[in-house]
Amino acid sequence: MSMVTNYFKSLILAELFRGLWLTGKYFFRKKITVQYPEEKTPMSPRFRGLHALRRYPNGEERCIACKLCEAVCPALAITIDLEERDDGTRRTTRYDIDLTKCIFCGYCEESCPVDAIVETRHFEYHGEEKGDLYMTKEKLMAVGDKMEKEIAADRASDAKYR
Amino acid sequence: MIETIESALSFLPLGLVALIIIVGKILVLVLPLMGAVAYLTLAERKVIGYMQVRIGPNRVGPFGLLQPIADAVKLMFKETIFPANANKFLFISAPVLTLAPSLAAWAVVPFDDVLVISNIDATLLYILAMTSLGVYGIIIAGWASNSKYAFLGALRSAAQIVSYEIAMGFALVGVLLAASSLNLGEIVDAQRGDYGVVNWFLIPLFPLFMVYFISGVAETNRAPFDVAEGESEIVGGFHVEYSSMTFSVFFLAEYANMILIALLTSIMFLGGWLSPLNGILPASFLQGEGMLAMLLGDGIHWLLAKTSFFLFLFLWFRATFPRYRYDQIMRLGWKVFIPITIVWLLVVAACVVGKVGPWW
Amino acid sequence: MSIEQIIFYVFATILVVCATLVVTLRNPVFCALALVLAFFTSAGIWIFLEAEFLALTLILVYVGAVMVLFLFVVMMLDINLTVLREGFTRYLPLGLVVSIVLIAELVMVVGPGQLGLESMPVPIPHPEGYSNTKEIGSVLYTEFLYPFEIAAVILVVAIVAAISLTLRRRSNTKVFMKPEEQVVVRRKDRVRLVKMSSESNND
Repeated sequence: MSMVTNYFKSLILAELFRGLWLTGKYFFRKKITVQYPEEKTPMSPRFRGLHALRRYPNGEERCIACKLCEAVCPALAITIDLEERDDGTRRTTRYDIDLTKCIFCGYCEESCPVDAIVETRHFEYHGEEKGDLYMTKEKLMAVGDKMEKEIAADRASDAKYR
Repeated sequence: MIETIESALSFLPLGLVALIIIVGKILVLVLPLMGAVAYLTLAERKVIGYMQVRIGPNRVGPFGLLQPIADAVKLMFKETIFPANANKFLFISAPVLTLAPSLAAWAVVPFDDVLVISNIDATLLYILAMTSLGVYGIIIAGWASNSKYAFLGALRSAAQIVSYEIAMGFALVGVLLAASSLNLGEIVDAQRGDYGVVNWFLIPLFPLFMVYFISGVAETNRAPFDVAEGESEIVGGFHVEYSSMTFSVFFLAEYANMILIALLTSIMFLGGWLSPLNGILPASFLQGEGMLAMLLGDGIHWLLAKTSFFLFLFLWFRATFPRYRYDQIMRLGWKVFIPITIVWLLVVAACVVGKVGPWW
Repeated sequence: MSIEQIIFYVFATILVVCATLVVTLRNPVFCALALVLAFFTSAGIWIFLEAEFLALTLILVYVGAVMVLFLFVVMMLDINLTVLREGFTRYLPLGLVVSIVLIAELVMVVGPGQLGLESMPVPIPHPEGYSNTKEIGSVLYTEFLYPFEIAAVILVVAIVAAISLTLRRRSNTKVFMKPEEQVVVRRKDRVRLVKMSSESNND
């Protein structure tokens, strides 16, 4: 008996019509698309975007070339060379991040003892030539100088959770 | 209108005038058809987007209305890539072989009592024959691409189209029995009657209608029967290796076939250009010269409305149903549709002989 | 030459060329495609004879279905031509004899004597409204009813034979899916909720 009823149930395509009803309902739902360049979704202060190297308020660069970030980097994207400066401090001569290798995990920022390397909110960048996405120390410092205000505000807002 | 053109061209030899008029008729049919195909792709993306709570393309022109043109321009300027060791001649001719039959079938489709390029007797047979030719393009594309995926897609599609053609043919035999004519115009006339919608073949031939439309979806390789393309398993099937215009010609053919199936379904089962208001409103509303009578009475706009509905169904199916498994497609075609159609053919034949209902 | 003659000769030329290509081309896929074109053009010639039903059926059945399966098979096969060509000289005399007999028979049936306008007058064009389909139907179901039914029975026998020869139930495979059973499965057939007391730790 149930075989016969099942047969007719499948014959009137009841299940297919239920599926059609569901998608039909969604046809009239309010759409959730974000019109990206004009509209943006809210962003967390912890967002991990483009990297930057920060300075102390007096203008001295923070990085002490401890190489913790280089060691922790899972993608081996960071390369650091160092020297002893005339005033006896230890500083980098070279600090490169290959953005094509970077996986934006944020470990470099976590490991940094002096909060020198950070990841900013900036993610809408591009490179037009080969090498544009290879961030040298100068480029990283430039990003840091440009976005220092935002970086500091983000770090401050997140500080109480750390 | 044709007479005025003929008289305007009377200084030319007679054969040339006939040729010009035929070419003109074809252009008048094909150009809007190509436009419809282009905007069907936009409608597809919009409808599926809406059903997935997205809004679909909206950047090119207002509401994305220029998107199809942008797509066409993009495809035109791309390079056609020939796979290594592919047979170039067959590789190029495959998309043409898909498009040509699907356009040829349109030659006999009537849009009105008089609006038809060629009013032949065996219209139904002709359309069935032409749509069955479309499979060659796909097979040849699969073979000439010299690619495993394309070949698998071609094999799947060949088996599928050949199987569903039988169910489709049987469904058409039912229509032929009911209308006792192979001519689409006469089939529509057979659905004319005092009861309006009730007179349509939709009611007496309902199982055949379902079988025909679902087989039509399978014939055009549309979701949920798109195993020939199956982008998740065989990365696009028979047209993996195609790029630029050769690729877009396949799409033109697929969408032209979709529109054809939708149009034929509305002609054969939903009374074509007959107004559904026949029998509901008094006849004085539906006949005459006034604007209202034109709108409510029989006319091409009803046919287009019915066709659009079926096209919407095509898109709705694609947004709803997951792809069939291949053996289930075969089972559905051979073990479900063909028996249903055969049984219903007997019922229809008995009804025709017994003159049942308002239909016969 | 009238336009009909021109069209006829165009079709006839294509037909003859294609028929030749079917037997001369090396690649079997091309042979099959040439055969498709040959069928198609002969359908065109039949339409000239006002046999539109037969012409369209030829396209529908032979081009649309039979040749598709043919191509299917030919494409799947990996034919080794060198093996096929082995023993060409050995079979040549026999082949020649067979082909000569064939040609002789063909000439006897459709030789010059049997053709020509005297023995085969030009068919009279039918008036408008004449339906080829209707004529064939009425002849098929009255005069030729028995041959028609017998042909149908023979075809059914062929179908049954083909299926019984190729169908094999593989009993050793475990995964033989039955969709008709799969689709009606409900949760209660497969899942059983069991109530168990929670285990105690102090034992």
